[in-house]
Amino acid sequence: MQRTVSFILNGKPTRVTVDAERMLLWVLRYDLGLTGTKFGCGAALCGACTVIVDKEAVRSCSTRIRDVAGKRVLTIEGLGKEGQLHPLQEAFLKHQAFQCGYCTSGMILNAYALLLRKPRPTRAEIIQGMDDNFCRCGSHTRILDAIQEASGTMKGGVQ
Amino acid sequence: MKRDDTTVKVDPGQGIRADLTRRDFFALAGSGLFVYFQVEELAAFQEPERLPVRQGYPTDFNAYMRIGADGRTTCFVGKVELGQGSKTALAQLLAEELDVAFDSVDMVMGDTDVCPWDMGTFGSLSIRQFGPVLRAAGAEARAVLVQLAAARLQAPAERLQVTDGAVIDPSNPGKRVTYAQLVEGKRIERHLEKVPVKPVAAYTVVGQSARRKDALEKVSGKAKYAGDLGPPGTLHARIVRPPAHGATLKDIDTTAAGKIGGVRVVKDGDLIAVLHERPDVADKALGLITVQFDRAQTGLDDKTIFEHLLKAAPKGRVVSESGSLAEGEKLAATVIEETYLNSYVAHAAMETHSAVAMIEGGKATVWAGTQTPFAVKQQVAQALGYAPDHVRVIVPYVGGGFGGKSSSRQAIEAARLAKAVGKPVQVVFDRTEEFFYDTFRPAAVVKIRSGLTSAGKMILWDYNVYCAGDREAKQFYDIPNQRTVSAGGWMGENAPGLHPFGIGPWRAPSVNTNTFARESHIDIMASRLGVDPLEFRLRHLSDQRVRGVLEAAAKKFDWKPARTPSGRGVGVSCAIYLGTYVALMAEVAVDKSTGRVQVKRVVCAQDEGVIVNPDGSHQQMEGSITMGLGYALSEEVRFKDGEIFDRNFDTYEIPRFSWLPKIETVLVENREVPASGCGEPPIVNMGAVIANAIYDASGARVLQLPMVPARIKEVLKRS
Repeated sequence: MQRTVSFILNGKPTRVTVDAERMLLWVLRYDLGLTGTKFGCGAALCGACTVIVDKEAVRSCSTRIRDVAGKRVLTIEGLGKEGQLHPLQEAFLKHQAFQCGYCTSGMILNAYALLLRKPRPTRAEIIQGMDDNFCRCGSHTRILDAIQEASGTMKGGVQ
Repeated sequence: MKRDDTTVKVDPGQGIRADLTRRDFFALAGSGLFVYFQVEELAAFQEPERLPVRQGYPTDFNAYMRIGADGRTTCFVGKVELGQGSKTALAQLLAEELDVAFDSVDMVMGDTDVCPWDMGTFGSLSIRQFGPVLRAAGAEARAVLVQLAAARLQAPAERLQVTDGAVIDPSNPGKRVTYAQLVEGKRIERHLEKVPVKPVAAYTVVGQSARRKDALEKVSGKAKYAGDLGPPGTLHARIVRPPAHGATLKDIDTTAAGKIGGVRVVKDGDLIAVLHERPDVADKALGLITVQFDRAQTGLDDKTIFEHLLKAAPKGRVVSESGSLAEGEKLAATVIEETYLNSYVAHAAMETHSAVAMIEGGKATVWAGTQTPFAVKQQVAQALGYAPDHVRVIVPYVGGGFGGKSSSRQAIEAARLAKAVGKPVQVVFDRTEEFFYDTFRPAAVVKIRSGLTSAGKMILWDYNVYCAGDREAKQFYDIPNQRTVSAGGWMGENAPGLHPFGIGPWRAPSVNTNTFARESHIDIMASRLGVDPLEFRLRHLSDQRVRGVLEAAAKKFDWKPARTPSGRGVGVSCAIYLGTYVALMAEVAVDKSTGRVQVKRVVCAQDEGVIVNPDGSHQQMEGSITMGLGYALSEEVRFKDGEIFDRNFDTYEIPRFSWLPKIETVLVENREVPASGCGEPPIVNMGAVIANAIYDASGARVLQLPMVPARIKEVLKRS
């Protein structure tokens, strides 16, 4: 069923008229052209497609577009403000917390939701909060370091 | 309908024509500097194994670089960026030799129309083999530019200095000319012979940690992978796949799928696909196709495979031999015989195989996530019936390769479909296809018979590896009587039907298997003698570089000698990988009731010769160690009769944050030796170092990878 779905995407009011059962991932990538969100497994297992919906990290491959109606969706493209990198992106950059980069958008957004929930997490809490996001290149230790540093930089003010 | 049986085997240099050099070279000649130069004999850079000697790298350095009027240098290489960091390290090498600022170098990689031919990005070759080629090109270009500057400045060339692309006369600082001013888009032909590269002592860029060239794009989501590309109007294809390898199509009905608005059904021989402007709609259409296959009964599964491999492997080939096995047998007071197994392992890169193909005016352009763009070019040309020069392959960022993207079926499928529908077509494998068509690390068997004298000296080493390959199979300890035999491997030297599906190179091919077997077996001998396993190794090692990394690891780890099993859960393993020397030490905890292992700490010391990018090297070592936790502890492909049971990450468990040990990496400085690879070597030790630590913790000697809890429990029960 085609339906018009309205939501806030990266701060901008957005309307799409699509089959409302389609998954957010495909609408983001192919209807709205935001390719920073990646397809990894299609089954909410790997976290490459993670985006933020109303402050929660969700797996966009398994989130219907109708379920974001009226909500605020944040993707990697909307994370920085006015051309500035977000402190999490800065920290990933500084620690070179990626190799192939394919999981990176999902890692950063999952970490963003984690820091919204818990601005000063312990190492163990970061591990727990990130455990369902997969990286095959083995950048894990650097990702943890980056998140820890970003949480310090932001001093609890995650925005 | 025949089954689709083109599961691609790796032949990286397949059919590359020798005339490409000239064309690629002339394609670049239109702008910028143009000088002939000579590199050393290419044979010096060849992979020291059985990679076929193919067409060489271009000898004109213009193939590798263009100095723009804006003072920026564009570097062209046939290598691709998979995450391993060669975009950064190769830029460092060129900046160093050319004497331009690292930040002024822009990299263009893996575009077959503008980059010089390359065999492929694998085998730790980018720095070890291609590095000298690029350095020579940079040194040659610099020498020519200095000559040109000397003429312009009317000063002797020997007196001139170059900094960041500007040539100055130190005795007269007013005399200054930049590369950009010298080149001015002019075409200069000059032949310079045997220009020496910079001595290591003069390095200012190489040896310094550099910020990755891909950093900003990757943290901002702007980095483009093949699945992110496609001209307007691109159709997305979902392809009918068999449920098992060896299955043949019996019946298919695509009627319902074709009724979805905008869906096109394509049947091109064995290739049946549904296409739509949205991939998820194409996927929905695929779900409406009813299809029947006849399956083949092979009787092979992940348990029976090892017997089969031993029976069906091709005849063994002696890799190395010295002394006499008979003599060794005679002198041995103790003989130890063991068999080591490892299962099939998937590459499981986060990005699945992806490609977009566009055909315009009889020319095909294919954007593909591949490790072998020049081979893909040939394969696409063949599939389409085009001349190779009517095919261009462009490799954007690749979301992990590890050997798995040396085969690129998706690119050929995209090209065939684009030709069939007359529109650009994108093919992105879903995770099930990714597992199904993966060219797995082969399951393999190693049998070792070794002997010790009554004085505790290794006197006999009879080593037989089946189906893993012979890379680094030859052991490096001082053993007077030894023979290494290899039967079959990952490179295509196997009889058809040996494996029930595709196999191929997997990060450090052969060597994970060979190191697991060798280093486990060395530990078994040390334990039998009651000698500390590090001490036992050092007693039999005259190779100074192996000793060096073992000693560096021991120092960092604070290794305390003890006979095993000591109950502490510590282990050691060392290896040589294509010129890089690496030792690991690990500490584990084994839960004897569940068989679960937690790796608590891993120390890695590596001697990779000249270090190009220290931080990049540390990063690769960390990655290698982390990835290696998987094949050691959890990763194996389960299958029966050609059906792959592991289809996603729910059953195929790759390492995750909660598995992380504390990782400490040490680079052993060795500026006497040219740079070799850094991304593959550490992983080869992960099976053995964990196996040895498990034994030290629990007394359980696990001889089969992966060491899943059930296997550990079984061994504990028996012992």
